Order: sequence, then structure tokens, then C-alpha cells
Amino acid sequence: MSLILRNVALPLAPFTLEVNAEIHGRVTVIFGPSGSGKTSLLEVVAGLRSAKSGLIQLDDVVLTDVAHGVFVPIRQRGIGYVPQDLALFPHFSVRENLLYGRKSGGEKERVVPFDRIVEVLEIQPLLQRGVTQLSGGEKQRVALARALLAAPRLLLLDEPLASLDLKLKMRILPYLARVRDEFGVPMLYVTHDRFETLALADRMVVLVNGKIEQTGAVQDVFSRPASLAVADMLAVETILEGRIVKMDGDLVNVVAGPTALVSAAQNLPANTREVYVCIRAEDVVVLKGGDVPSSARNRLPAVVKSVTREGALMRVELDCGFALVAQLTKQACEELALQPGTQVVALVKAPHIHLILR
Amino acid sequence: MSAAEWQIVRFTVGMAVLSTALILPPGVALAWCLARLRWRGKTLVETFVAFPLVLPPVLTGLVLLELCGRRGPVGHFLYSEFHIDIVFTRRAVALALAVMSFPLLVWTARSAIEEVNPALEQIARTLGAGEWRVFFTITLPLAKRGILAGTVLAFARAMGEFGATIMVAGNIPGVTTTLSTGIYQYVQAGEDNHAWTLAGVSLALAFAAVWMNVRLMRRCKR
Repeated sequence: MSLILRNVALPLAPFTLEVNAEIHGRVTVIFGPSGSGKTSLLEVVAGLRSAKSGLIQLDDVVLTDVAHGVFVPIRQRGIGYVPQDLALFPHFSVRENLLYGRKSGGEKERVVPFDRIVEVLEIQPLLQRGVTQLSGGEKQRVALARALLAAPRLLLLDEPLASLDLKLKMRILPYLARVRDEFGVPMLYVTHDRFETLALADRMVVLVNGKIEQTGAVQDVFSRPASLAVADMLAVETILEGRIVKMDGDLVNVVAGPTALVSAAQNLPANTREVYVCIRAEDVVVLKGGDVPSSARNRLPAVVKSVTREGALMRVELDCGFALVAQLTKQACEELALQPGTQVVALVKAPHIHLILR
Repeated sequence: MSAAEWQIVRFTVGMAVLSTALILPPGVALAWCLARLRWRGKTLVETFVAFPLVLPPVLTGLVLLELCGRRGPVGHFLYSEFHIDIVFTRRAVALALAVMSFPLLVWTARSAIEEVNPALEQIARTLGAGEWRVFFTITLPLAKRGILAGTVLAFARAMGEFGATIMVAGNIPGVTTTLSTGIYQYVQAGEDNHAWTLAGVSLALAFAAVWMNVRLMRRCKR
């Protein structure tokens, strides 16, 4: 699948959505805070809204080309769309909802077997029910199956898990992963959730105020956010103002507050001085006492400020001249007997200290 | 009830059913256009559709009389081409009832269609449905109750129509006399007991229709 968005513009209330991107890959997350234009972008791709200018091309088919007056009608785009409110047909049973798109046919080679989808999404027991009697998670699966059964070339999902509580989220996520792996329908997945992004996507597009801030493989974007806005949005736990004191080949020496740090080269311009230093909590290792030799370039003596539970993990706030957040397992916290006041050493490898131009 | 009274009741109900059936397809189509499309001249059309609600019915009747008389543009055409007369015939009754009840149908059906979430129609399109399929499988079933309520209301309005009917169809006993014009005629002739019989029937039918309308509208809201 390749989706090309060239100079696509759509005026929205506080800003104009302006997108230039080539999207490949199985699952691409469109990541951004609420009100950044994510849903509008999906609607423009699906044809539910007309762009004011620009070109949209899916594989070899031009769907929208404003300059040449091309606009393929929604129903001929072959793009499935699951909106945030799911829009199940309230006057139909689950089965009728599922068959709605299938009846209109679709190209033979793209037809997806009804039984297989019903099986994978575990909808069999729901088929005869009315959609108003379904729970949130069930509705989600039915909407997903309905879109898949129309055999789309591309599936657009708008925050499919946003309305579900954490427990339900964890139960639906595997279904989405199964759909991704089994049916191979490329997906554009809108979310502002880091966890969903990491669990499902190969690539991501970060959208802020209608503009793309960064595009890339999920891991790259998470470990090397292109700007402060992206780092903020991805909730990188520690972001500090720093000054580069020395660039020495592959290593960069930075000072943040009273603390000296070493970072791996970042392709920064030669005379860069002012930077933001980003450190993700999961990249921080905590040691207790002793002069244990380590490969990590940054050894920071620190005092534990607080230990709080964060889902399955523990969030440990350290003071090492600046506030540093570490994420540890509960067992690790217990073994190290971490509590406010404990003296520890924080280790961070040089490649995990990411610098953004200030 | 006397044979004459029975004839009037049957005739009026028949004409009200006929006129309502005639306006249903164009009324729903227009309601859809008003609810779902943006077009030039929409406000003008809305105004014209609502006109019979606020004009004196006699005036509406007068306009119809002028248009459909043998010398009027519509009446002249129909008479010279097909030898069809409208004015002072049963056709004129159906026409008067249709014109007078049209706005009620269109306004009710329009708001019923507007209540249907457009996102459902959009999703149907992404699932490959064309406009007709979207209308008949999504919009119409979901607006069904509201449209039905509007139909009942239009029927009730047709049953009680007086002013336009008497202008364009007159009051020819056994031919164009309806419940309302019949009551008027009996009172004029000093036969109040007959008038009261027809009035009772009118009341019962009107009550049944409005009651049904209220029930339907309430279930719509849920």
C-alpha cells in the first residue's frame, strides 16, 4: 500500500490542515493531541470532506486532485472507515450490519471470508443481536468487522480504543493485532496513546496543529523526537535545557544544570550550543551503592524523591542535579529497597541521551 | 346516519387518503432535498411550501381556481389536450386537500430526516452503497416514524379542509361535498341535527389521527 498526500490543505477552525506525506507500511499511526486535525485528515482521505487543494493517491489510483477536478466518490474509493463513534446502523442486527458492505460486492480478489472474520473477532454469538444491546467492546469489534467485510484497500480507524477503559483496551488490542496479521489490510490508525502506537504500528506520522512534525518508524520517532513539541507529546519523561560544551567526534558533552552528560552524535549542526536533552524513563537504569563498572557513559549519583505505581511498573523520581524519572519493575524496586531518601546511581547510555535543537 | 351522510363520510375519507398518497412521494423527496442538500433558491422553495399554512385557505383556493379553470394556464392545457376538467369536480377536491396538507407533511418529514445522523449515511457510502441504497436502507427506515407522523397529520388536515375546497371544488351535493362543506351546507339549510352528526364523525376522525400522531412522535424521540 502506498498513500500519497501532496500539498493537501483543508481549512479548519483554528488552523489549516496542511499535509505532505507518503505513507507505506501495514499499520501507520497518526499521532497527535486532540484537536490537531487527525480526524479531519482521515475524513479527507475517505472522501467525507473535500480538501481545498492538493492530491491524494492510493496505490495507482488518484482519489482527489483538486487542481484537475478529480474527486472519486466515497463509495468507489475502497477505503474502510471506522469513526470514533462507530456509527453502527441502529435499526439493523449485528449480522445485517456486517453484511451491509458485502452486499454491494467489491472486487473478487479482495473479498474477505465472512466466517473467518466472524471467527477472528469472535462475533459468532452476537450475530442475531441488535446493535443497541452490545457492550462497548463488542460494538468496536462489530464495527471493525463490518469495515473489513467490504474488502477495503485501506482501513481508517479513528481512535478505536479511546472510549474504552484500560481493561477493555487490553482486551481489544489483540483483536486489532490479529486483524493486522491475518488479513493484511493496511491501516491508518489515529490515536494519541503511546501504548497503542507501540503495540500496533510500524510507522507513525506526528500531527500538531494541522502540520506534520515528524514521520518515521515508531521506534525512531520515540527515541529521536524531531522537536520539543513531539517530545512533549510522546510524553518523554525527562526534558531539560542543556548546553553543548564539546563535540568530540561521535560523542557530545552537554551540561544540564550542574550535571555533565555524554550523548551519542545526533547529526546536530556543527556550532550548536543550546539544546533540549530528552531521556526516556525506561532507558534509565538504577544501581545501589558500590563501584560496579559499567558500559554506560553517564553515571549520575542521585537521591530517590518518590516512588509511585504506574500501571504494571513503578515510576521513580530521582534528583541528580536535575529531576530524572526512571521506570522500574515492582520487583526491582523491592530488591533495591527504594524509598524517598535512598542514595542510588542512575545509569544512562550515551545513545539514550537524545538532543533536540533549542 | 342517512345515506347522504354516509356518502359524505366515505367520500371525504377517500379523498383525504388519495390526496395524502399523492403528496407522499414528492413530499418526502422535497423534505430530503431540504434536509440534506444545499442549493440556490432553497429559501424561496421553503417559503412557497409553507405558504398554504399561513395564507387564508380561501386565498389558496382562489389561486387554484385561477390556475385550474378552463381559462387558467393549467386548466386550459389539460382541457384542450386531454379534455380533463378540474374545477368543481372531485379532482378539484383532491387537489385542494393535497395543496393544503402538503406543507405539514414536508415540514414533519424534513425534521425527521434531519434527525438521522448523517454519519450513518456517510459510513454506508464507505461500505459501497450508492445514493438510492443509502436513502432506502438508512435514511428512510430511520426517519420512518417521523414521516409516518407527518403523513397522519397531513391526512387529518385534509379531512378538515374547508376554504380552499369550497373555492375550487364548490359544494355540489353527491359530487364534491366533504365533511366540512357538508356541515356548512346543513347549517345553512337549518338542518342542525345532520350537521351535528357530521361534526361528530369529524371530531372522532380528527381525534384518532392526532392521537396517532402524538404516539408516533413520542416513539420517535426515544
